[in-house]
Amino acid sequence: MEFFLVTLLNSLSYGLLLFMLSSGLTLIFSMMGVLNFAHASFYMLGAYFAYQTGLHIGFWPALFLSPVIVGVLGAATERFGLRTVHKFGHVAELLFTFGLAYVIEEVVHLLWGRAPVDYRIPAELDFTLFTLYTTQYPAYRGFMMLVSVGMLLVLYLVLTRTRIGLVIQASLSHPEMVESLGHNVPRVFMLVFAGGTALAGLAGVIGGNAFITEPGMATAVGSIVFVVVVFGGMGSLGGAFLASLIIGALQTFSVALDYSMLDVLARVGIQIAPTSLWHGFWSITISQTAPVLPYLLMVLMLIVRPRGLMGTREG
Amino acid sequence: MTRVLTTRRIVFWSAVAVAFAVLPFIFSQSFALSMLSQMGIAIIFALSYNMLLGQTGLLSFGHAVYFGLGAFFCAHALNFIGAGKFWFPVTLVPLIGGLAGLVFGLLLGFVTTRRAGTPFAMISLGIAEMVAASALMFTTFFGGEGGIATNRAVGKAFLGLSYGPQIQVYYLIAGWCLVTMIAMFALTRTPLGRMANAVRDNPERAKFVGYNPTRVRWLMMALASFFAGIGGGLAAINYEIVTAETLGLVASGNVVLMAFIGGIGHFWGPIIGAVLVTLLQSALSNYTQAWLLYFGLFFLVIIMFSPGGIANLIALHKPVWNAGLVKRLAPSYAIGAVAGLFMLAGFFALIEMIYHFEAKETSSKAFSYFGLMLDPMLARYWIGTAIVFGIGVALVYGVRKVVARAWENLTVELQQKGAV
Repeated sequence: MEFFLVTLLNSLSYGLLLFMLSSGLTLIFSMMGVLNFAHASFYMLGAYFAYQTGLHIGFWPALFLSPVIVGVLGAATERFGLRTVHKFGHVAELLFTFGLAYVIEEVVHLLWGRAPVDYRIPAELDFTLFTLYTTQYPAYRGFMMLVSVGMLLVLYLVLTRTRIGLVIQASLSHPEMVESLGHNVPRVFMLVFAGGTALAGLAGVIGGNAFITEPGMATAVGSIVFVVVVFGGMGSLGGAFLASLIIGALQTFSVALDYSMLDVLARVGIQIAPTSLWHGFWSITISQTAPVLPYLLMVLMLIVRPRGLMGTREG
Repeated sequence: MTRVLTTRRIVFWSAVAVAFAVLPFIFSQSFALSMLSQMGIAIIFALSYNMLLGQTGLLSFGHAVYFGLGAFFCAHALNFIGAGKFWFPVTLVPLIGGLAGLVFGLLLGFVTTRRAGTPFAMISLGIAEMVAASALMFTTFFGGEGGIATNRAVGKAFLGLSYGPQIQVYYLIAGWCLVTMIAMFALTRTPLGRMANAVRDNPERAKFVGYNPTRVRWLMMALASFFAGIGGGLAAINYEIVTAETLGLVASGNVVLMAFIGGIGHFWGPIIGAVLVTLLQSALSNYTQAWLLYFGLFFLVIIMFSPGGIANLIALHKPVWNAGLVKRLAPSYAIGAVAGLFMLAGFFALIEMIYHFEAKETSSKAFSYFGLMLDPMLARYWIGTAIVFGIGVALVYGVRKVVARAWENLTVELQQKGAV
């Protein structure tokens, strides 16, 4: 029970972090039809900027400053990069963000080196929030959840209750109509791109010190975010939310479970001799399969329901 | 029915064959020979990738999966031959890799090709991640971190070929490269190749003509995987070791870069890309640590300013060349080259300064830049390189208009001559 509750809490905080990334990605995708390959790179930049600015001004100002810098970079990417490439079609746009991810990783190598940087949890949050049975639950995990949920609420309110949110929603489905009504749709695109990347940056600020800040962090989380978006249904925020929590739980639980098929088979009374050809296959533990499970889930989803959990279009 | 074996084609492919045969005599150093072998493998891989991206419009981020699986199957086949479990000429071992690629292309392609466009790109990435993660899981087949080592000089020498010396391996690769190039070119002229283009441009209309776009994509995917597998098999023979990196995401990304830099709109574009990228990778990495950054930026520049790749740039100049008007462009191009060199010199210097500034060594951070000593610890060098770069940017910005005007005048003249 203790194991279950603690892992559940961990998976929740991880899932919410995934949603901060996938929400921006999904918003950008459904609006511009561009799948931003560099999205996780902005997450990485958020962590590195927070580390660098945090050295001078402390964690709390960096928490606000870093996403803003990342958002400005995102806006510049849209304005000077994507908009130029837009006329060449979706493949060129996709490849542009792909190349950008490549370049950002190299720039991080250039500026901060290949080794992980020492980006730490602030001292104010480095205490035990509560003790569950025997496990001490760190306060920073709680803080992560608080920030994610707060951001989620803000995003929801902005999209449904403000004027700009309504314009964004309208531009999702009827960009021409919105343009004829006198709104600057390209500027809305730029804002959405900036907002999405700023969210990724914020996720980087709170995720970078909880996990590890190193040049490989973008690729590590990038493909998982894609799985989330495909699994939840391309362009669906609700789907992305559900999928983030499911994939988060799947990854956290599978890493923690150290059972193999051999144990399961032994329970029902089947023994496989160690000399058997398939012994190696059956002795793989669940935690060993953890890196593969999300992708397997995605492939299964695509076979059973190609549009994803809550997607409306086949893409 | 049009003739398949036109005189022009026979002459062209014979010339390619002669060139392949003569190359090792011109570049006879051992490193040049291994680079040529590497290029041959890259050409097969890039061309097979373009069957997807260029001809069928499928942007795959996981093509190295089939290349790598082909390599692994060949490595195991070589080891089996070495252990005397069965006899098979090493010359034909790449075919085993091709078959492995074909089988997995059929299997995984069945899932991936149900969608096109952006979803396909994401799914191919997911599949690639899945295979790469599995490769570290199933250590018996993939050899874990260390990979699978093999020995190409196994079995009885077939037709006097033992594949001990690199020169024999080069000719093996060159031979397979020629055969697969012709096969892939011929494929573009078959009904399937034509339908692939139709599916790329307008799947709905292809459907109305009576073809199933999913089926066409699936077939093209399987065939592309077949050729990639052959390339992988040759890589196994060439390097005599196959690691999980061979089928990883970096390798998949690399082939995207090759094909796109070369140009996906022309059959021969990826060949240029494969040769250039292989050359840059081994040449640049000797001189600078930042070569991956330059490489990525080069890719971005190509996408933003010439999405047709280098092949398109060449094709653009062909009518000018035919009309004998190249000398009209020469002056503006010369000015452009000077301005561009100025900008690049400043840019490279800046990047190298940052790299050396961040470097760990404490005694002296000064370094030689094309024979010029630069010291990143002194402000005047920073100011100097920044000024050079700034002037370069301004020059390029100004020269852009000169080149554009030269092209405008030329286009008018070409139209009058009726060359366009």
